[in-house]
Amino acid sequence: MMGMKSDIRLIDDNGLRIDGRLPNQLRPIKMEVGVVKRADGSAYIEWGGNKIIAAVYGPREAYPKHVQESDRAIVRARYNMAAFSVDERKRPGPDRRSVELSKVISEALTSAIFVEKFPRTAIDVYIEVLQADAGTRVAGITVASLALADAGIPMRDLIVGCAAGKVDDVVVLDLNKEEDNFGQADVPMAILPRTGEIALLQMDGDLTYDELTNAMEMAMDAAKKIYNMEIETLKAKYGGDVNEQ
Amino acid sequence: MSSKFTEGVVAESKRSYIHKLASEGTRIDGRDFDEVRPIKIKTGFIQRADGSALVELGDTKVLVGVKIEPGEPFPDTPDMGIMTTNVELVPLASPTFEPGPPSEEAIELARVVDRGIRESHTIDMEKLVIEEGEKVWVVFIDMHVLDYHGNLFDACGIAALAALNNATVPAERFGFGDDFKLPIMHYPVPVTFAKIGEWIVADPNLDEESIASARLTVTTNEEEKVNAMQKGLFGTFTYEEVKKSINRSMSIGKQVRKIILGDENGKEN
Repeated sequence: MMGMKSDIRLIDDNGLRIDGRLPNQLRPIKMEVGVVKRADGSAYIEWGGNKIIAAVYGPREAYPKHVQESDRAIVRARYNMAAFSVDERKRPGPDRRSVELSKVISEALTSAIFVEKFPRTAIDVYIEVLQADAGTRVAGITVASLALADAGIPMRDLIVGCAAGKVDDVVVLDLNKEEDNFGQADVPMAILPRTGEIALLQMDGDLTYDELTNAMEMAMDAAKKIYNMEIETLKAKYGGDVNEQ
Repeated sequence: MSSKFTEGVVAESKRSYIHKLASEGTRIDGRDFDEVRPIKIKTGFIQRADGSALVELGDTKVLVGVKIEPGEPFPDTPDMGIMTTNVELVPLASPTFEPGPPSEEAIELARVVDRGIRESHTIDMEKLVIEEGEKVWVVFIDMHVLDYHGNLFDACGIAALAALNNATVPAERFGFGDDFKLPIMHYPVPVTFAKIGEWIVADPNLDEESIASARLTVTTNEEEKVNAMQKGLFGTFTYEEVKKSINRSMSIGKQVRKIILGDENGKEN
């Protein structure tokens, strides 16, 4: 939360949000795989005003050598925002926020990948935020998971990100930029929908136990819808049933 | 230096031992699953700082110094003070810490502690304005890890809160009137859990941390509001495990908060 004070009303008299959505309504989402020909796998997502591209290279021999793990692949996600992706130009290169996000995204992706199948290798996942509109980390992890599937990397499940939060004392799904800037809490999550396991979980703001569990349940329900979109996107390119063993 | 191979063998035997203990309801240092290691707090340890606390959480030792200086406010918050947090994982504290620019571990640690303090509105930022839009007090929270035996999230969070609670705004030094106590509104306490097999223990020590599959930090304040959460490592949590951890954090946090505030009032510790 930016913690900015404002007189902006984020929920109107009819209970609708600043962009006309209901509290538990997602923004429109579009996905596509195979957008970077040079990469081993890639995907693109538009989620509200977010435009994010992801590409996967690997498994390939990990360098420098000391980063290799003898019993598994290491997953190196790099979350990066383009300088022009936000209103005020962002200085290019990693800042503290993107270092933290890269770390939690790498850890979450590792939980889904059969890393033990590829000892001494690295799986590099590059996530480029071309335009940001709140929820970039959860959209980023979702598109990264599609790119991993496109690269044919064996996974226990696709991984799906979604966030919920609180604005004007109402628990809402999938915050947009205004809601993120002026809201009271944000709970970004990523789950493995088949088992419901939570692979990424962060939270900041001010929530009671009931508000927090309400937000988490909202995000997890929505993640299942996004999961179906991921499956349809892969089917559209590859056909068949992605859950088939 | 031991090779990666021998480390792996040691880790494997340690892993099965700690798992076996957990299945019997105990831990390598004999604690209950919700039992936090002994906490010792010495506030005002650094006289040159405007607030400070030396905290021991078991064998983990962290020193936090708070410096407060006048500076320019951010353009979008002209009527509020500023706070920044930083963690130094200095190489003297562990054979695995290296000199150089902050590691991603140090950055994550500082940001999680920062979120707990910022989101709970620990500091009354509106009282830190010297001249609106021109000059405000900037609170620098610098955390120095001095001995690493696991669970830096909680040790740093406890030390940061104790140091802030002990801090004075040095107005006189800069010619802005009388010194005053840094205004504190809330008391956020982080409680970190480690998942060991199917068991989840609070305040993991170094051995437990080294074999944990997943980590979850939940920061709650004295009103039982949740202000920050951070999941880490390669494993996952079920929703039930997360809900239980939030409740456990609230009750453990309450005990820890008593220790932090008790020290300040000279009653405990």
